[in-house]
Amino acid sequence: MHDINPKSELHGDIRKAVRQLCGDFGSHYWQSLEEHSGYPEAFVDALTQSGWLSVLIPEDYGGGGASLTEASVVLEEINRSGGNSGACHAQMYTMGTLLRHGSEEQKQKYLPLIASGELRLQSFAVTEPTTGTDTTKTRTFAERRGDRYVVNGQKVWISRVQHSDLMLLLARTTPFEDVEKKTDGLSVFLVDLRDAERKGLTVRPIKNMVNHETNEIFFDDFEIPAKNLIGEEGRGFRYILDGMNVERILIAAECIGDGYWFVDKARHYANERVVFDRPIGQNQGIQFPIAQAYAHVRAADLMRYEAAELFETNQPCGTEANLAKLLAADASWEAANVCLQTHGGYGFAVEYDVERKFRETRLYQVAPISTNLILSYLGQHVLEMPRSF
Amino acid sequence: MHVVVCTKVTPDTAAKVSVNDAGVVGWSEAPVINPWDEYAVTEAVLLKGDHGGQATVMTVGKQEHEEALKQGLAIGCDQAIRVWDDALEGHDNLQYSKAAAAAIEKLGDVDLVIFGKEFADTQTDQYVYQVARKLGWTSLGAVAKILEIDFNASTIKVERLLEQGKAVVSAKLPAVIAVLKDINEPKYPSFMGIRKAAKAEIPVWNLGELGIDVGEPKTKVAQYKNLPVRGSQVQLFDGTPEEAAAKLADKLIEEKVI
Repeated sequence: MHDINPKSELHGDIRKAVRQLCGDFGSHYWQSLEEHSGYPEAFVDALTQSGWLSVLIPEDYGGGGASLTEASVVLEEINRSGGNSGACHAQMYTMGTLLRHGSEEQKQKYLPLIASGELRLQSFAVTEPTTGTDTTKTRTFAERRGDRYVVNGQKVWISRVQHSDLMLLLARTTPFEDVEKKTDGLSVFLVDLRDAERKGLTVRPIKNMVNHETNEIFFDDFEIPAKNLIGEEGRGFRYILDGMNVERILIAAECIGDGYWFVDKARHYANERVVFDRPIGQNQGIQFPIAQAYAHVRAADLMRYEAAELFETNQPCGTEANLAKLLAADASWEAANVCLQTHGGYGFAVEYDVERKFRETRLYQVAPISTNLILSYLGQHVLEMPRSF
Repeated sequence: MHVVVCTKVTPDTAAKVSVNDAGVVGWSEAPVINPWDEYAVTEAVLLKGDHGGQATVMTVGKQEHEEALKQGLAIGCDQAIRVWDDALEGHDNLQYSKAAAAAIEKLGDVDLVIFGKEFADTQTDQYVYQVARKLGWTSLGAVAKILEIDFNASTIKVERLLEQGKAVVSAKLPAVIAVLKDINEPKYPSFMGIRKAAKAEIPVWNLGELGIDVGEPKTKVAQYKNLPVRGSQVQLFDGTPEEAAAKLADKLIEEKVI
C-alpha cells in the first residue's frame, strides 16, 4: 500500500535514514522497555551517534545546522515508525536557550559536547507543584552569594533527569513582590547534574501511565556557580518564552507522526480483518472514522509546515505554532481512538502496540502545554477576547 | 591508505519479486543498497577512522545505482565514482569485473577493495575473484574479521569463516576481500553525511576514460521466470494421538521422507 503521507518525498533522504534506524528498534524493543520501565538507551545512542539529536545545533558548534522543518521531520519519523520521541526530543531543542542567550564562552564549552552526545542536556526544570503553568509564580529561589547562587525549592514533572548530564533551571532571583512586572526577576541556570545529588538535589521518580521518566526534584541549599547563569539575571522568563515556538512545532510533528502511524495501522487492520465474510473496513462505521482522522492529521500537518516556515523566515509564528500543536495533538488523539476502536479487543493486546501508542499520544493533550492553555492563548491574543484566567 | 568499496542497489530482501508477461523483473519495494554492502561500507569507514586516509565508494551501473553511492557517502565515505557506458548494457560478471578493475587502477593508490559477501539480486560473488584476478591482487572471501592491517608494511591478516571452521590468513596488500555480517555493526547514515551526499557531484567514468573494451558478454540471461506455484495437500489422521502418530510415521516412511 502506498505512503499515506503526501509529503513523504519532502526531505525524503532524512525520512529514509531515520526510518532505517528506527527499523532496528521495532515493536519488541519498545514492548520490552515497558516491561521494566527502561530507558531506550540503545535507541538514543544510535540517534546520537548518527547526529539526529544535534541537528539544530549550528555547524560551528559541531551540530547539523538543520532547519526547523528538517528537525521536525526527524521527530515525526521516529513516532511514525512506532517509536517514542519523548525519550529524547528535549536533547534536540533544550539547548536553544543556551544557544540564543548563553555567552560565547558557555556555548563554546557546552554545545560541541552536546552535539557529540558526550553531554546530555535534555532536562528543563520549570514547573512547580503550586504554580503549574502560572510560571511567574515560580517559588524556587536562587540567592546570589558571592560567586555562586544558592537554590532552595521544588520542581515537578521534570523529565529525563536520570539520563541528563545538564539541566536548565528557571528560578526566581528577585522576590515576586519586589519586581515591577511579574515576568521580571526570573533567571535561567545551567545545572550540572552529574554530582548534584551529593550537593543538595533530591530526585524522586514519579510512576506514570506511560514509560516516561519524570520526577519531582528538591533543592536544598543547592549551589550553582554564578558563571552558570544564562544571559542576564532577571530575564529568564523571556528566554523561556523564546523557545516555546520551536518546542510547539517539534511536538506537533511528533503528533503528526503518531497520527499517520495510527491511521496506517487502522487501515491495514480494517483491510485484513474479516468478520461476517468481509473485511471490516468495508463497513462505513469502521471506514469513515479512519478517513475522518486521516483528514484531520493531514490538515494539522499543513499548519505544522506553515508554522515552521514562518519561524525559518524570522516572522512571528506564535499563533501558528500554537495552532499546529493544538490541531496535531487533537488529530493524533482522534486517530488513536479510531485505531483502538478498529482493532477491537486486539487493540488492548500489548503485542499490537496500539495501546502503548494510545497512552503515549494522550500525553500531548497535556504536555508540554495543555490544549486548554492554547485555546486560552488563541482566545485572548488572536481573537481579542477577555483573558480567561 | 585508500580503501574502495564496490556496491550497487538491489531489491530489498523483503520485496516480492515477480516477472511480468513481457519477461521484465519487478519488485514490490524501492531498491536499496545491496544489504551485504552496508557491512563493506562500514568497514571502509571504520578503517579510515582508525588509520586515516580515504574511503571511496564505487559502482558499475546506471544512474539508479547512485542511491547506493549516496548511502555510502552518508555513512562516511569521502568520494563516490560511478562507472557506466552503453557498452555495459546487459553486462555479465566478467564485463563488470573488467570495468571495476580498470576504475580501481585509474584511482591509482588503492590498498584494499572491499565487497559485501555477494550481490543480493544475482546471488553471485564471482566478480569478487574476477576483479582480484584482473588486478593481479590477492582475493580473500568470507572475511569475518580483520585481525591486523598495516598499510605501511602492506600486510593484512583476516579471519575467514568457513563451513569447516575458521581460518586465519595473512596476505600482502593490495588485496580484494569480501566481508560477512560478522565483521561489524553497520553504521547508520548520519544527518551530516546525508547533507554531504546530497551536495556531492558524482563523476561518471566511461570505458573510453578507463581505456578498456569489455567486448561482448560471455553469458547472457535468456529468460526470467516466476517460480512455479507449489501444489499442497493437507491430510488429517484420525484416531487417538498414538494411532494418529503411527499413521503419520507410516505415511512419512511411504513418502520416503524418513
